[in-house]
Amino acid sequence: MPARLKRYLIGLHPFQLLVLVICLAAFTVVLIFPLFSLFSKAFVDKSGDFVGFANYIKYFDTPSLTISILNTIDISLWSTLFSVVLGFLYAYALTRTRIIGKVFFKYTALIPIFIPTIVHALGLVYMFGKQGILTRAGFFPFELYGRLGIIMAETIFTFPQAFLMFYVALDFTDGRLYEAADSIGVSPARKLLRITLPEIKYTIINVFFVCFTLAFTDFGAPKVIGGSFSVLATDVYKQVAGQFNFSMGAVVGTLLLIPAITSFIVDRLVSNKNSGTISARATELIIKPGKKRDVFFFIVCSLVTAFLVFLIVTLFIGGLSANYPYNLSFTLDNFSFNRSVGGFGAFTNSVKMAVFTALIGTGFVFIYAYMVEKTSGGSVLRKYGKLLSLLPLALPGMVVGISFIFFFNNRANPLNFIYGTIIILVIANILHYFSVPFLTASACLKKLDKEYESVSDSMNVPRWRTFLSVSVPLSLPAILEIFMYFFVNAMVTVSAVVFLYSAKFKIAAIAITHMEEAGDYGQAAAMSLLILGINVLVRILYEAGITIIKRRTRIKEA
Amino acid sequence: MTLLEVDKVTKAFDKQTALKDVSAVINQGELVCILGPHGCGKTTLLRIIAGLETADSGRVFINDKDATYLPPAKRNFGIVFQSYALFPNMTVMGNILFGLKQKKGVTKFEAKRRAREALELVDLAEHRDKYPRQLSGGMQQRTALARAIALSPQFLLLDEPLSALDAKVRLKLRGEIRSIQQTLGITTVMVTHDQEEALTMADRIIVMNNAVVEQIGTPREIYDHPATPFVANFIGTMNFYDSRGEICAIRPENIEIASGNAAYDAAARVKAIEFKGALTRIYGLLADVNEVWVDLPSEQADALCLHPGEMVYLRMPEDRLVKYAAAA
Repeated sequence: MPARLKRYLIGLHPFQLLVLVICLAAFTVVLIFPLFSLFSKAFVDKSGDFVGFANYIKYFDTPSLTISILNTIDISLWSTLFSVVLGFLYAYALTRTRIIGKVFFKYTALIPIFIPTIVHALGLVYMFGKQGILTRAGFFPFELYGRLGIIMAETIFTFPQAFLMFYVALDFTDGRLYEAADSIGVSPARKLLRITLPEIKYTIINVFFVCFTLAFTDFGAPKVIGGSFSVLATDVYKQVAGQFNFSMGAVVGTLLLIPAITSFIVDRLVSNKNSGTISARATELIIKPGKKRDVFFFIVCSLVTAFLVFLIVTLFIGGLSANYPYNLSFTLDNFSFNRSVGGFGAFTNSVKMAVFTALIGTGFVFIYAYMVEKTSGGSVLRKYGKLLSLLPLALPGMVVGISFIFFFNNRANPLNFIYGTIIILVIANILHYFSVPFLTASACLKKLDKEYESVSDSMNVPRWRTFLSVSVPLSLPAILEIFMYFFVNAMVTVSAVVFLYSAKFKIAAIAITHMEEAGDYGQAAAMSLLILGINVLVRILYEAGITIIKRRTRIKEA
Repeated sequence: MTLLEVDKVTKAFDKQTALKDVSAVINQGELVCILGPHGCGKTTLLRIIAGLETADSGRVFINDKDATYLPPAKRNFGIVFQSYALFPNMTVMGNILFGLKQKKGVTKFEAKRRAREALELVDLAEHRDKYPRQLSGGMQQRTALARAIALSPQFLLLDEPLSALDAKVRLKLRGEIRSIQQTLGITTVMVTHDQEEALTMADRIIVMNNAVVEQIGTPREIYDHPATPFVANFIGTMNFYDSRGEICAIRPENIEIASGNAAYDAAARVKAIEFKGALTRIYGLLADVNEVWVDLPSEQADALCLHPGEMVYLRMPEDRLVKYAAAA
């Protein structure tokens, strides 16, 4: 081997090199190749000839299509605005006030994460639809289907994300700043404007983009509650699944990438200025008593929580009654689902898919992160790996879905055999949700002493053994978190899989849309309850696991 | 007999040179300290010897065989890091067995026996079932040492092994490490920024500064005959002054005070007197410009009855003077 190559690869054992190359190759095949198919589809006509920007020109010349752009921006802006305000107030209440019931409030805020966005919409139908509980009580004289419904559903969808990001940002501060302000008699309003908000200004920007992108690309809620109000995500579906106009579908699909790409650029621009945040000597913030403040924030939290709890209660009412709203007698009949949507099998299929996604995804993410973060040598390969790992963050589920169709549903592709099987669903889910677990895993691995590997090398212990006996056990909390993240998201996702499921393998979240379309609201609610139930169960198991691990580490430290 | 040899090694990280043309030889059985200020490249040199970094140019020899590109696992060394890098999820015994258990030709029983031996050597046998976080810093350090020597490596690398410890524990461990090293007769390379540690523990010292080797020699040679002004200044305390186009250097304890009428080399005005216990340091100004420090046994200083502002007459014994060419 030439000395240069030898030097470049030293520290990278042949086995490690093999694993790294396999990881990167696999990722390239399921990420870069399909994306390439997507983009190339956008620039060809139906017969496959290259037409340049003709598809885009045609798109922008069709007012019935372009209206969706404005519609999507409109609903995304409004729902983002509501989520940012509510998320901030809610997080502020939990971190900076002395209200009671913080633990309860924290967990109820997470409810929307555990159910598909179609169910947020379904819940709204139960509350505010034509036969809705509140509509019948005369509290809601508006038309739910369309713009208003979408904005409400996307607000519910994005609220937990906004809340969690604000929570982390507000929870982490330097109490000395506020003590210093108090010592020179700064008013509460000024403290908020001059200390609190500047401290979290980058979080505000991030929350804005995250919520906007989620609302912009969501398919589930507009599908159920959108009525004739068209948005980009439903357009993609109509073009691809309804009219088989793949080129136009690809064009709209690429438009869905715009907010994520914009946020990437903005993030690059602001992140350089975001360094040097909190000193290691920061002290904990001591929250002073404040009766009026606490009452105000308690009311805010209670209203939000009441709304979310009510949403779930309506699902219980709908799912467990014979024929809502006409016959409210208790029944479990709704759980025997129609054959046409996959029956109860749709649910077990979903669980199967979520388990495989979580198992394979967790293993793959963790090995991938380990190879990228913890090996030396092959730095170009590892940089490429890092770049790939963050790309899925910019990809909406719809884009993953259609690019998978374009790439895998092609007889010439040797991987064509996975099309229509559970395998493609699992791969799509792992890819779609890859970035957040990767960041979790790599942050966790970075915290481990980088000399563990050096010590093992000196003792001639193979890296895989160090990986299994040191890195994995020490990262168990992160591994559980990643597992849960994959599982829950695989249970609730619609957008990525709506193009990829097959008649032989139907899944729960999709079944809900079909039940809702067919007017089987009771069954839709029942299925939603099952998804909610298993996700909450997995979350409880996760919390229990973390508690056990913490207790065991405490014993080792006592 | 030469065990390790580093020949004209150069290494840069992102254009910053960590090592420039560094050459050194380490003999069988000796303890060599690599000493230098923060960022001088000493840890990089150690990591290149370990194979954890690779030289950009130059070669590394182990047992006279070219090991420049040999992976760490094949170099047969034990290493102790500043952070110790003990596996927190394993007991003391588990940490030591981790390497032994998978060594070829070592039975389970044999592995346990050797681990116990290593633990006894560092006096930790009774703590073998504890986890690292349950141990004091010094005990963690000794566990790391036991882990490094349990595999009977050919040489031992210590990267600032004592700098995370309190001063008292540090002093005690200095002696312990040295005595274990001598008992085993194991070749050891230790990186440190603490000159006292290097002087007391090392057979030989490699003094580095700004990516280059300034001097290699025994502690005595380095202290008495520092090859460069940097070494003179970095190790111990040194007075510098110009004399006939040369820079002269002398340690404070080597300056003698002449009685007024005897022959003397220089006159100094006393600025301050500082009692430091056994010694008293006199701060003076040579020819009212050059600062000079003189250390005297306190008794002798008392007898002289000096006061600030007084003149004293100093003798600089020729055999204690170190001379350098004046900087261009």
